[in-house]
Amino acid sequence: MTAPQTDKAPASDEHHVLYLYETRRKIYARRFVGFFRKLKKRSGVPLLLGYFLLPWIQVDGRQAVWFNLPERQFHIFWVTFWPQDFMLLAWLLIIAAFALFTVTVLVGRVWCGFSCPQTVWTMMFMGAEHFFEGGRNRRIKLDLAPWSFDKVWRKGGKHLTWLLIALATGFTFVAYFNPARQLAAQFLTFSADPAAVFWTLLFCGTTYLNAGYLREQVCKYMCPYARFQSVMFDRDTLIVSYDSARGEPRGARKKDSDHRAAGLGDCVDCGLCVQVCPVGIDIRDGLQSECISCGLCIDACDAIMDKMEYPRHLISFTTENKLQKGATRILRPRLVGYGIALVLMLSLFAYALLTRTPVELDVVRDRALLYRETARGLVDNIYTLRISNMDSRDHHYQITVRGDYDFKFIGDNPVRVGAGEVFLHVIRLRLDPGFLESATSDVIFAINAADDARIADREESRFIGPFRR
Amino acid sequence: MSTFWSWWVIAIFAITLVGVCWILFANRSVVLREKPKDGEPPKTGHVYDGIEEYDNPLPGWWFQSFVATVVFAVVYVLLYPGLGNLPGALGWTSGGQWLVQEKRADERFEATYANFKDQSIEELALDPAAFKIGRRLFGNNCAACHGSDGGGGYGFPDLTDDDWLYGGSAAAIQASITHGRRGTMPGWAAIIGEDGVATVTEYLLKISAREHDDSQAGKGEQVFTTYCASCHGVDGRGNQALGAPNLTDDVWLYGRSPELIKTTIRGGRQGLMPAQGEQLREGKIRLLASYVYSLSRQ
Repeated sequence: MTAPQTDKAPASDEHHVLYLYETRRKIYARRFVGFFRKLKKRSGVPLLLGYFLLPWIQVDGRQAVWFNLPERQFHIFWVTFWPQDFMLLAWLLIIAAFALFTVTVLVGRVWCGFSCPQTVWTMMFMGAEHFFEGGRNRRIKLDLAPWSFDKVWRKGGKHLTWLLIALATGFTFVAYFNPARQLAAQFLTFSADPAAVFWTLLFCGTTYLNAGYLREQVCKYMCPYARFQSVMFDRDTLIVSYDSARGEPRGARKKDSDHRAAGLGDCVDCGLCVQVCPVGIDIRDGLQSECISCGLCIDACDAIMDKMEYPRHLISFTTENKLQKGATRILRPRLVGYGIALVLMLSLFAYALLTRTPVELDVVRDRALLYRETARGLVDNIYTLRISNMDSRDHHYQITVRGDYDFKFIGDNPVRVGAGEVFLHVIRLRLDPGFLESATSDVIFAINAADDARIADREESRFIGPFRR
Repeated sequence: MSTFWSWWVIAIFAITLVGVCWILFANRSVVLREKPKDGEPPKTGHVYDGIEEYDNPLPGWWFQSFVATVVFAVVYVLLYPGLGNLPGALGWTSGGQWLVQEKRADERFEATYANFKDQSIEELALDPAAFKIGRRLFGNNCAACHGSDGGGGYGFPDLTDDDWLYGGSAAAIQASITHGRRGTMPGWAAIIGEDGVATVTEYLLKISAREHDDSQAGKGEQVFTTYCASCHGVDGRGNQALGAPNLTDDVWLYGRSPELIKTTIRGGRQGLMPAQGEQLREGKIRLLASYVYSLSRQ
């Protein structure tokens, strides 16, 4: 830890100290309405509506989307998933990953700029900020101004709105696990479960902090996705880029002057692209890990280009190859590979979903006792059949046993299992040990719903008996 | 923990805490070997395949969150046990937490059992809802010995037949579960001798209507009347007040072969049904008793 003598800097200006922690520079993003801003709104608003309204939709007398954790039942519209179906969730996540890879290879980080909750909620919070405190310059001025009635009500109004949005977000999140109608009634009568209150307040707090204060820092310092996405980029990926060959050297000029003659490029160095950037970068420095591909700088620059009567697209969604070689290739092995994987996974998922049977049979052989000999010298094996009826209707299940011998089945058959019930059915298989050809043999239990042949399951187990040579 | 180890743990905690604070506060800034070039961000000097690593600063709140974890650690060990033998200000113990959770669970499930408290055990045996709960309770608490079907096994009584060691009435079953049972059969080898063991066995085979040697059984009857009848009864039908089994039926807890019967007489048997009253308590035991009661009546 001690530095060599020669490196010890004298206490003077030559002392080069590097601070490892920095204070965040607050970003005052300028609002600028254009094509990409409208696009962002059109992708964000439906997502928000979906999130906030979904818990209020009812289906079959229950909440349409309801993750019932205590009973381990996950209702998604007309289908109910059980923990046994978690394989499907794993597949869904794999599909989501491949979809992400495919989209990223093709069009870059559009997820970040247009549909990530961090972006969408920040957009909402910035809207409230703009409503109460005004545009960029007024916000900067307000922050510098001494406290006054005007400042208090503007700031207060903003924070109150933020808190209300955050509270609604937290409530909605909990409502996916705890039916919204009951939860709302409980909150209004102050009789909500402390756990529900805790989670609501926790998500309220994190939403407030994330969308109000942390904003782009979540993408910069916390989000792994923001970092590993660049691995999928190649020279044919669409990214927000500045055409430096056309723009440089940048500089101010009069509108109708001949800037080419003056040795200037198309960039008028107005700085608008930097002012509108929600992550506070200068896109003219090239592709940066902070860039979320929201395209707001394109809106700003295009407006300036129009005003200057220059062609648009000095900043645009384009590819590195397009900028450097003038041509880009969309169909490339990497994209085709991801696409094939995606289609394959989607078909497998659809197959698994469509052929899913809403019943499961588990067979638990009694372990304490290998077998039991009856007074007449017959051998019994005891099995507990666990029949999970995952359907929304009651069913009678017919049990059949197949094996090397003609077992006698002792126990009720068929059995009735209610909708959503896990039924424990203890049965015995009996055999004369004289027939046994080995100490153990395989037995296959199968169940079939009496009213629907497709609802069936089977499970293998063992029959053990005394085998005397 | 002895006093030494208690102080050992406290010392390790204190040294770690000081060390962590030192690392945190001493490394807020570094002195660079050379002045970075103008306009170029500082680099760590790490180069991989020609790719250099920037030495970008972390956000300030990152540092604050490190400090917060240190503060959390200190507050935590003051509130909860962690510093050697110190109990912590809240007086929390894992045993205490278990008691609280158990109480909470009892309160939660009490409502379920309360639904059944007005019915007698005989009535509960006919109630499908009680039957389902009873079966689960049986599976969790009884099946390990008595089998999932209650059919018993070697040394563990069959609960599905009509043969009861201590009585098959609802009240007797409830008492067996609540207070447990201890069956004691003394060993007789030293008193009646190997010859006595053999003849009594023949007598037992006779009274349970199995193949036997009549002359041996005749001698055995005398031995039986002298030594066994006090518990098993003169007719060998047992005594439920003592838990002495009926020897005239074909139910043999420790094996029905003549050899195993002899072993039983020679060395005696010790049977134990553990008391469940403390663990399960009345609500569950009533449902269990009704389930067992219904098993023998199917």
